[in-house]
This record gives sequence, C-alpha cells and structure tokens, in this order.
Amino acid sequence: MSISRQEVEKVALLARLTLSDDEAQLMTRQLNDIVSYVDELSQVDTDGVEPMAHAIEVHNVLRPDEVRDSLPRQSALANAPKHSGAGYLVPAVLGD
Amino acid sequence: MYTTVIGLEVHVQLATKSKLFCGCSTAYGAEPNTQTCPVCIGMPGSLPVMNEEAVALAIETGLALNLQIAKFTKWDRKQYFYPDLPKGYQISQYDLPITHDGWLEIEDPKGAFEPKKIRILRAHLEEDAGKSLHDESAGKGDTLIDLNRTGTPLLEIVSEPDLRSSAEAKAYLTELRLLLTYLGVSDCNMQEGSLRVDANVNLHIPSDAAANDDNAQDGKIATPIVEIKNMNSFRAVERAIDYEADRQYREWKETGRRLGQSPKQTRGWDDAAGVTRAQRSKEESSDYRYFPDPDLAPVVISAEVVAKVRERLIELPADLRKRLVADYGLSLYDADVIVNQGRPTVDYYLTVADGSGDAKSSANWLTQDVLRTLKNRELAIEEFSIPAERLSNFVKKIGAGELPSARGREVFELMADDGLEVDAAMDKLGIAQVDDSEIESLCQELLDANPKVVADVQGGKQQAIGALIGQAKKKNPNIDPGKFRATCLALIAKG
Amino acid sequence: MTLVEQSAADLLKQLAAGELTSRELTQAYLDQIEQHDARVGAFLRVNAEAALKQADTIDRRRGAGEQIGVLGGLPVAVKDLLCQTGEPTTCASRMLEDFRPPYDSTVVAKLKAADAVLLGRTNMDEFAMGGSTENSAFQPTRNPWDLERSPGGSSGGAAACVAAGMAPLSIGTDTGGSIRQPSAFCGVVGMKPTYGRVSRYGLVAFASSLDQAGPISGTVADTALLLQAIAGHDPRDSTSLNAPTPDYTADVDKPLEGLRLGVVKEHFGEGLDPEVDSAVRAAIAAYEAQGAKIVELSLPHSRFAVATYYVIAPCEASSNLARYDGAHYGRRTEERAMLASLQAERKAAQEAGDADALDNIDTALVRMYRQSRSEAIGPEVKRRIMLGAYALSAGYYDAYYLKALKVRRLIRQDFDQAFEKVDMIVGPTTAGPANKLGEFADDPLGMYLLDLYTVSANLAGLPAMSLPCGATKSGMPIGLQLHAPPLEESRLLRAARMFEQSGVWKSKRCAL
Repeated sequence: MSISRQEVEKVALLARLTLSDDEAQLMTRQLNDIVSYVDELSQVDTDGVEPMAHAIEVHNVLRPDEVRDSLPRQSALANAPKHSGAGYLVPAVLGD
Repeated sequence: MYTTVIGLEVHVQLATKSKLFCGCSTAYGAEPNTQTCPVCIGMPGSLPVMNEEAVALAIETGLALNLQIAKFTKWDRKQYFYPDLPKGYQISQYDLPITHDGWLEIEDPKGAFEPKKIRILRAHLEEDAGKSLHDESAGKGDTLIDLNRTGTPLLEIVSEPDLRSSAEAKAYLTELRLLLTYLGVSDCNMQEGSLRVDANVNLHIPSDAAANDDNAQDGKIATPIVEIKNMNSFRAVERAIDYEADRQYREWKETGRRLGQSPKQTRGWDDAAGVTRAQRSKEESSDYRYFPDPDLAPVVISAEVVAKVRERLIELPADLRKRLVADYGLSLYDADVIVNQGRPTVDYYLTVADGSGDAKSSANWLTQDVLRTLKNRELAIEEFSIPAERLSNFVKKIGAGELPSARGREVFELMADDGLEVDAAMDKLGIAQVDDSEIESLCQELLDANPKVVADVQGGKQQAIGALIGQAKKKNPNIDPGKFRATCLALIAKG
Repeated sequence: MTLVEQSAADLLKQLAAGELTSRELTQAYLDQIEQHDARVGAFLRVNAEAALKQADTIDRRRGAGEQIGVLGGLPVAVKDLLCQTGEPTTCASRMLEDFRPPYDSTVVAKLKAADAVLLGRTNMDEFAMGGSTENSAFQPTRNPWDLERSPGGSSGGAAACVAAGMAPLSIGTDTGGSIRQPSAFCGVVGMKPTYGRVSRYGLVAFASSLDQAGPISGTVADTALLLQAIAGHDPRDSTSLNAPTPDYTADVDKPLEGLRLGVVKEHFGEGLDPEVDSAVRAAIAAYEAQGAKIVELSLPHSRFAVATYYVIAPCEASSNLARYDGAHYGRRTEERAMLASLQAERKAAQEAGDADALDNIDTALVRMYRQSRSEAIGPEVKRRIMLGAYALSAGYYDAYYLKALKVRRLIRQDFDQAFEKVDMIVGPTTAGPANKLGEFADDPLGMYLLDLYTVSANLAGLPAMSLPCGATKSGMPIGLQLHAPPLEESRLLRAARMFEQSGVWKSKRCAL
C-alpha cells in the first residue's frame, strides 16, 4: 500500500504533530519506503493463527483493592509546564 | 405519527476503595490533584495493575443484569488527546467486554406502558477521565485540570435501542440505579458524577420513501441518530429525549434526511433553555485506534470465580417486588413504593410485617406515615426514631383493637418524637382500653338522649349514627368509633 | 592492572575484604570519565558529588560491620530511560529535558537496595528509538574503539562507558536489540533477559510488549552479578513474571554437559560480513571442541522479523508517546507566540473570507499539543509515531498491526519448535561491525534492517545475550549472540562463560 501526502497530513493531525512542507514530503517518502518493506508480511500465511499481543502470555494479574498513599500535590504538579498550585493549566478547552 | 427509538449508555462509577489501576483513593470531594500518583497521572515509566474488586463488581453487576460473563476478557487502549486524559489514551475494553448480552425488565405500576425486557448489549470496564474546570483566577483563557477522578473504575452499560419513550427511558434508568444501589456496586450519585447518561435517539417515521431505503423497516424510515450528552438528572434525560424527538421530526419534515445520509451528530442538552444544541464537530473524524493494552494481562474468568461472585448476590429489586406481592399480598404499587426506597426500607418493612402479622396495615403505615416523616425530617430509614420492632408492636396493637385506629396517628407521632415504645406513648396520651360494658352503657345513654337518630336509623339511614360519635368522643376520648357505631346499631336493632 | 581495568567481581572481592573503599573506586571511575568522556560522550550527566556521598555511606556501613547488598559499593551507570527520584530522566529527548520523576523505577530501587553507587546517566537514542545513539537530542556517543564509528544503540552510552572503563557495570534496555547490538559493537557483554524477568516499572516505555532492561558489563560473571541485583517479580508491573529468581552467580562457572547448540541457517545468509561470519564460526567450533553437539536448524519466519517488529514497535510507541503533549509534564511550546500566530492566521482567513481555511485552523489546545510535540520530539521518533498511528488507524489495523501479531506468534512457534531439538541457539549479534557515524542519516530503513538478528528475541520474549567473540582486521569488536528458552538466563550465562573460558577470544578493555 502506498501512503499519499494527504494521508500523511491526516495522520499528523491524529498524532498531534505538525509537519512543515519539507518534513511532510520527506516523511511521505520515508514512510512509503518502510511500508513497502513491511508489506512483505502479506506473503505470510496466517490463517487460523492467534494474534500474539504479549511477549509472555500471562493471565489474571490483579491487585487487592487497597488504598495507597498518593503523591503530595506539589510533587504531582512539579513537572507541569504551567500550573496554578492547585491544578494543571492548559489553553482553554473551548468549542467542544 | 412516529416512534421514538432510544438506546442509553450509562456510565457508573464502581464503589471500589482504590482506583482501577493504582492505589489512589476514589473518595469524592478532595482538593484538586491530591489523589493522584505516577500511574494515574500517566507519568513516564508508570504501569497499571488491575484492581480485582473492580472485576468482581463488574461480574456481580453482569449477573444481576442477566449478562453473559466473558470467559476471556482483555484491556484495550482508546486513543485520543484531551487534557483530562493524561496518558493520551483511555484504558477500556473494545471487542471482548467483560460482560455482554443481557437484559433488564422494566414495568410501570401505573401501567403507562407494558412490562418489557430492555436488552443490554454489553457492560464493560474502563477508567474515568479527570475534570476540566474553568478557573477564572488562573489566568485568562486557561482551563484548570483536576486529575483526582482519573482512573476511577467505570462500568459502561450499553442498552440496545429498545426504549420507545422518555417514560421508558426514565423507568429503565430508575430500575438500573435501584439495582446497582441494591448490589452496592455503585452509589449512583448523579450530582457527584458517579452515574452519567448519554442517550442515542432517532425516529422511525411511516413514509413512502421507505420503499427504496435499505435502513427502512415495516414501511418506516429511520432518521439520523443523535447522541445527547450533558444530562444531569433523570428528569433532564426525559426532557431532552422529548425535545429531541420533536426536533428531529421537525428537521425531517424540513430536510427529509434519513439514517446514513448524514453523520452521527452529538448534541448537548441545555437544561436551563430546555433545548439540545449541536456540539461543534471535530474536523477529524474520531479515529480511536484501539489496540490491546500491552501493559495489562488478559483476565480469564473461570466458572468458579463466577460462582463465588454469585454468592455475593443478594435478592434483586424485581424479585423482591414479586415476593411482596405473592407472599405478603401487597399491590404491585405498594410493593414498588417499598422496594424503590432501597434495601434498608425493604428490611424494615419485612420486620414490621413479620412481627405484626399484618402485612397490609404494615405497608400502609410504612408507605404513608413512616415515609412522610422521614421526608419531612430528612432522615434515612436507618436513622428513624421508631425501630422496626417497635412499629410492629404498634401495628399489632391496632390490629388487636387494643389501640383505637382513630388515635393511631397521635401515638405514632409521639413514638417518633419522644422515641417511646407503643405502651408508653399510649399511657402518656391516656389511651386506655374501654371495655364492652362501658361502651354499651354510653351507647344506651346517647340513644336515649337522641330519639331522632334512632328513628332515622330505623328508617334505613344508618349514617345518622355519625352525629353521635363526636358526642361519644367528648364523653370518653378512648372510645373506638367503629366499636361505638356497631354497638349502637346492635342496640337499635334489638329495639 | 589499574582499578578500572578490573572486573566487577574482582573489585567486589577487594571491597568486601576492605582492601579497597567504594569511595576510591568511585573516584577512579569519575577520573576516567573526566579524562575520556569529552571524546566518547557516553554520559549525559554524572553526579560526582552524589556518587561519592553514596560511596561514603556504604564504606561507613561496611566499617560498622553492617550487612552490605550484593553490589557492595560498585559503581553502576544507568541508561537515562529509567526513572530515578528527583534526578532528570530525559530519555535523551528535549521533551523530557527538565523532567524529574517523583519516584524510582524498580531497577533503580533495586540497585540502591543492592548498594550500588549510581554513577551517572548514559546517553541513548531518543526514547530508545535507534541503533546508533545518533538520535540523542543532546549529543552523539562515539565508539571507544574508533571515534568515527557509532557505539550502536539505543543503549550506546551504556555499552560505550563499559568498553572505555568508565563504569564496571551498566544498565541498558533492549526493545529490538538495544542492549545486544551496542554490546557487540563495543566489545562488551550484554544481556536482554526474558520478557518480564526484570520489572519495567519506571522504565520509560518505547514498546511495552518488547522493552526489557538488562545488564551490560565486561565479563560474563559480572553480567550474572548485575542481573542478580535487578531481576525479580514486581507486583507493580503486570507483565512481570512471578517466578523465583535463580542464583545466577552460583553456577556460572559450571560448563553445560551435553549441550545441544542450534545453528540457524537464516543467520548466515546474504549480507553477513565475512569477518563476522568467520569469527562466529570459530566460536561455534570452540563449543564443539568442548563437547557441544551442533544442530543445523531453520527459523523459517525469521526473515519477517524486522517487518513484524517495525509494525508492532511503532504502534505501541505511537500510543506510549501520546502522553508527551505539553499538558502535564515535559516541554510546552512558548504559548504567547503560539496564540499570537493563531490569531494572525484567523485574522488572515477572515479577511480573505476563506471559511474553509478558518474551519481548518487548530484550536489553541490542539495547536499547543501539535507545536509542543513537534518542537520537542526528534525526527526518528516522529517517524515511528507517524508509522504507528498510520498502522493502527481505521482501515489499516488488520493489514498491519493484526497481521504483525499473527506473524509474531509464528516467529515464537519457530523458536518453540527449535528448542525441542536444541538447548540454545548461537549466531551473530549483528551482520557487521559498528557502522560509521552518519552512515544512515538519510536511510531509516537501512538502519532498521541492521536489527535483523536481534528483534526476534524481543518479539518472542526470549532471553538472549551478546558477548565478544572476535575483532575485524581494523580492530572493531564482533559479537556472538546466544538465545535460550524463556527463563533460562542461567543457561545463557553458563554457555557464555564456556566460550569466555575457551580462550578462543580474549576480550579486553579499549585503551583510549
């Protein structure tokens, strides 16, 4: 499958990236190279094969419902690019 | 005219102590960002570990809603960017929900609609997002994010589009809420956001256009589906559905647009204005790019586990109603009133009815006097000053004629106010048993003094006796009006 | 032999005997860093003061007769991908340049508990994506054997610092070969344990189902020692294996009797450097000389491993890296300028009466996300985010992601069948020696193809290690790779030790 420039733009929005014209052009070319290489997977007969999402397949890893200490608020917010002391600040969520 | 077709998506917060994937508390009302940790903030390197109680509560709810419990269930990431979603994805369940394919029966005691089973497509686990608050002080145009709620376990219960009116939708929600609070799996507090509802609504309209429309059924075309959000009470859900049905009909008359001819729209309910408004559609179609979460192990649910959870199940509201009607002889209406008050009220009723042996009178006192008093005093039944055993003695006394029912309410009030046993309250009010000979002599005395009444009764007007009851009560306040009337009539008949 | 030329095991004996203090040793390594790291660039940060303070504490406790942990005051370098409380954990990305985690990763916590001296944080490819450490946002790392060459990656700093005698032990992470390939390029020993053997808690995720932290050191015994300190079940990582941790150091010197060694024909195909080929064959012959039985076998799906990997890893990465959006931590674009340019765009569109353009202008929030990410994330990472977002998007999921998961199972099944016939698989770690810096600057796919021999172990979750087995004529190290069945790290270590003891190849530290 080949990826069009337009698709690259769409994926960039989906991934919340902005690409300059040059970057988008280069990205389109490189992604096409990679995807055409990856396309060789279509040669493999995978009929009836269970997908394997985990490297080691374990089940039922659960923890008891116990409350543990939370972070002090100042440490939770310490790495925030912008905060009010009470919470994270982000540009207004408008028009949603 | 048209049929309204409604499907509901209900999110309930499960009543676990800690969050779905970390040990932070789920307690409501803490200061912003004081109940978070690297896991729920989605800090680099942190990893989720599943809360076993959330799984158990989901299975329990599933059993109560007649859902199939998945033998194998896994976790998926639903990916989108929003500031209340710190990881950039929500851990949810996509194609293998923990429970699926069940139903909830709804019934209206007043008979507004026929009893029906509303199919439930699935109920899956997912984590809640945080809250966005507009903080005036924070700086112009900024939104403040509180992540305390982030990671709280949610069960999303998705109904099939089987509801046909706002009244049915409300009945479904009421019954669902009741069921969940009976189970104790959620407190279902809409104000605190522990129960949230979105509605998918469209119309089926008889139309000639149905002939060449793939989506049409029985000569009816379907209008495009609209999802309604921002409804903060069951009343709001009712109003929003009614408004939306009317709006869609008008729109269809105007545009003729049918299902498939325009994308699914999301509209927000404005409670003050009483209208739904289109929410700005995103430029990008939401492509959530679900995929299995590699950080979490799938869960295999054995028959043993399901059996163990089944043991936790208590009697459900629908079964209780049936039992109150069948074993206690109550009307469906009374049974419904009692059961809808919640399990503690049912327990109270059962104690009163079993203790007094008078199920009907117990129900009357409970549904009228007890509930009215609780409402006025803003008390829960567990806090009521007349414990169930005490009320059962009270009901027994009335039934045995030891307490004239005319004075029952006075005694009840005193018991409630002063926390007295029934005997003590009667003593305080000077209510004593009046023996039969005493009643007979009082009757004789009054009949002798009122020959007109005797003549009226003999002339067939039995109600004339009523004129004497007031006089009798003046002479002896403990007189039982029923007994007095019967004794008078007997004396007149004897001549 | 100077201190920094000795093995960790030897140094540990001296520390325990009181012949050497942790402070002296730490200082020796700090001096070595001071002297050589300006050229090599293995470390992003060295906190000399904190390291010496830790060393002093350990010395004092030892002096007081207290029980000391298994690493007993040995310095350890940590890849800048593992969270450490209060210390910058940058992942070699501008995005996390100022990020100081409020918690310790389990690996770091275990190192502290084992009384390691945390020497500093090593350079890497940004978010562990790359095979040359050239994708670091801060500096390249050079191969100590040839400063014009790459040390490999993504744990290039971790391998280079051991090779250059700047640390006796170091922690790397391996998602597609990121421990083994730089170990091969730098002539050191590196192991990727079984997936789940070492906790991932606090290891900043690249591809969650493939990532695994592991030890890098100068000798097989030292590798065992460091693995001992960091392995073990962790309830905070759902993918951590709940299996007992063997005593790796106990029987590392015991040769394996009746070893059946698998040689995979696909490992010796086209593209294998002849010098690598002959070094690896010599190593196989050395095993045979020690009584191992050599079994030819095939891993038929191994030729699809790179393609499988370059679907699964980017898909997981695109999701794992969504959190770097400038909202809660990490870098945010300069807001005032951003808002001003948004306003200008809106105004221009309004004046032009271009309703479409007006509709297409991002909201302030979306623009903040896009700009923050685009400014602070490097090109290779962007490429993988794009690739992953594409492969998971509507219409492509089945053809790419789901397909790759199925091929992944076939790759695993190939190994399962192979391990019915053999105890271990032996082959090259890389097809050639370290490449020149800048060699793949415009050829990401070429770079990806270098992972040919290493990605399978990650896809299948197997333990695998690389150890030096020779050098090219120009003196560049060559790595031998061993694969074992899940949880058989002890078997790997014992087999690696057999080769080390055979004397066929004597690995040495690089003399800078």
